[in-house]
Amino acid sequence: MSLILKPNLREPGKRYFRAFTPGDDFYEALIDTHRDLSDEQSAMVNAKLILLLANHIGDISVLREAMAIARQDV
Amino acid sequence: MLSTYQYPKYEYVTPPEQKSGAVGRYPVVVVGAGPVGLAAAIELAQSGVPVVLLDDDDTVSVGSRGVCYAKRALEVLDRIGVGDACVNKGVSWNVGRTFFREQEVYNFNLLPAPDHKRPGMINLQQYYLEEYEIKRARELPNLDLRFRNKVVSVQPESKGATLQVETPDGIYTLQADWLIVADGARSPIRHMMGLEIDGKIFMDRFLIADVVMKADFPAERWFWFDPPFHPNQSVLLHRQADNVWRIDFQLGWQADPEEEKKPEKVIPRIKAMLGDDREFELEWVSVYTFQCRRMNQFRHGRVLFVGDAAHQVSPFGARGANSGLQDTDNLCWKLKLVLDGKAPESLLDTYCEERVYAADENILNSTRSTDFITPKSKTSLTFRNAVLALARDHAFARALVNSGRLSVPAYLTESRLNTADNGDFAGDMVPGAPMDDAPIRFGDQQGWLLDHVGNRFQALVYVDDPSAVNPENRRIFTALAQGAIPVDVVLVSPKAGDGGGLPVFEDYAGRFAERFDAKHGSVYLVRPDQHVAARWRALDADRLRAALARATCNA
Repeated sequence: MSLILKPNLREPGKRYFRAFTPGDDFYEALIDTHRDLSDEQSAMVNAKLILLLANHIGDISVLREAMAIARQDV
Repeated sequence: MLSTYQYPKYEYVTPPEQKSGAVGRYPVVVVGAGPVGLAAAIELAQSGVPVVLLDDDDTVSVGSRGVCYAKRALEVLDRIGVGDACVNKGVSWNVGRTFFREQEVYNFNLLPAPDHKRPGMINLQQYYLEEYEIKRARELPNLDLRFRNKVVSVQPESKGATLQVETPDGIYTLQADWLIVADGARSPIRHMMGLEIDGKIFMDRFLIADVVMKADFPAERWFWFDPPFHPNQSVLLHRQADNVWRIDFQLGWQADPEEEKKPEKVIPRIKAMLGDDREFELEWVSVYTFQCRRMNQFRHGRVLFVGDAAHQVSPFGARGANSGLQDTDNLCWKLKLVLDGKAPESLLDTYCEERVYAADENILNSTRSTDFITPKSKTSLTFRNAVLALARDHAFARALVNSGRLSVPAYLTESRLNTADNGDFAGDMVPGAPMDDAPIRFGDQQGWLLDHVGNRFQALVYVDDPSAVNPENRRIFTALAQGAIPVDVVLVSPKAGDGGGLPVFEDYAGRFAERFDAKHGSVYLVRPDQHVAARWRALDADRLRAALARATCNA
């Protein structure tokens, strides 16, 4: 399994008529998760989020790939 | 005064009521001759309803306002007879490019599939659209367009509304069985009726500059996040008719609108963008803020709100005028059936339901775009810039870049006018869907499906051979066409042939079959506004009549 870099977001049971909708649904939920938080609180939320998602993904080789891309050009 | 456009001045004529002193009563009065009110009045007048259209001014939209008209709006404009004028004058485009700092990170094509009559979008100054609509309105003898007629009071009643209207000759009384309110975002009538409109104001300001210049940039939408010539803000560039280019500069909430409008402030901004060598002339400057909001109900008894009077969105996505034109398209056939006594007034509640659903979708999409373009917190900005940085190399991030989700019609999948599927269909043409276009041959003419459907209920029956329709089905088709609400039957076929009196659309490119997943025997019942009402794998007259009754609140 290698890191998926094509659009891959969807919600079970939902039918999409526009390609941009699932991504926008996710992005709104992400930004909403941070609503009314201080920068420090947001950083903590992001860290927890990464840990939760990493455990869900499980495959450490996939995580290494993602970590390498995330670090590029920063 | 603009250098490229001369505002027409329309003549004021004393209304007949003011000459005679009698109180006039009309089936429909429309207030507001903007793009949406004009469309409503034209569509109703074309269907035979006498209409009075009132406007407090005597010219078209002044300055740089609506720019982009989407494919769906063009299809509506086609049916009111102004589509060609708009497309011929406007700048057609399908491709949008998004830049982050100096690099292009994303582009989209509004028409990923070929074979549609209309382009994804045209850019056209709003005054041209209104001018063409006014020209069309004046061709219709049952449309009485009255300039310098300002509504000063409105009295809603159970069977209509009474208006006091002010003209240069004084005040007169006008009565309407139905009142369509298209008087814009600040809607004086909404205020007179004490009705609320709720939503969100966005804390941002944008500078609009229209410049005249000769430039050979392609006809595309260009959007910059944080460009070197306007750091930390966004910029949008559109080409309009007459070599007029519209530029929107994001300024931020702190900007002073009066200061920003001064040419000594605007010209350096434009020079920074275009380079010192590019010659241009400044045609129009204004500063705007916006809101995303809507009324709770678009129908208040016999008073019907359409367009900006009923709902407003941020400009990213061009979902304002485009959705207003879809309002009238949804409303007019329903109102016509009610006026003719062929449907109960409750059909007009479905105007409200369906267009509230669409307005919510427009508000959702334009709010999301605005939140992406104007991040509200440091974290939000970090995420935004991370998306843009990843977008250069990775497709998943490109899908998240949101510089505006451009106006597309709503799939009215929740509407109670739909009849649920019982056949097995692939694709998107579900009950409630706005119909896809397809190239067809009709008689010996090559044409487009959407030019031949609409303005009445139709059943599109897909057959392998149009000359082989059995007599039993033929009897059913004749009966459908003679019903109280007629359903015109059309045969769609991959083969040319004699339909024996029925029109035949030859699906020569196979796009209809593909887009509607049509097989021999498939039937689509389509509404006058080109939305799918129901579909089946085989013709069943009872089911078809039941679906028609359902689609007109006669069930």
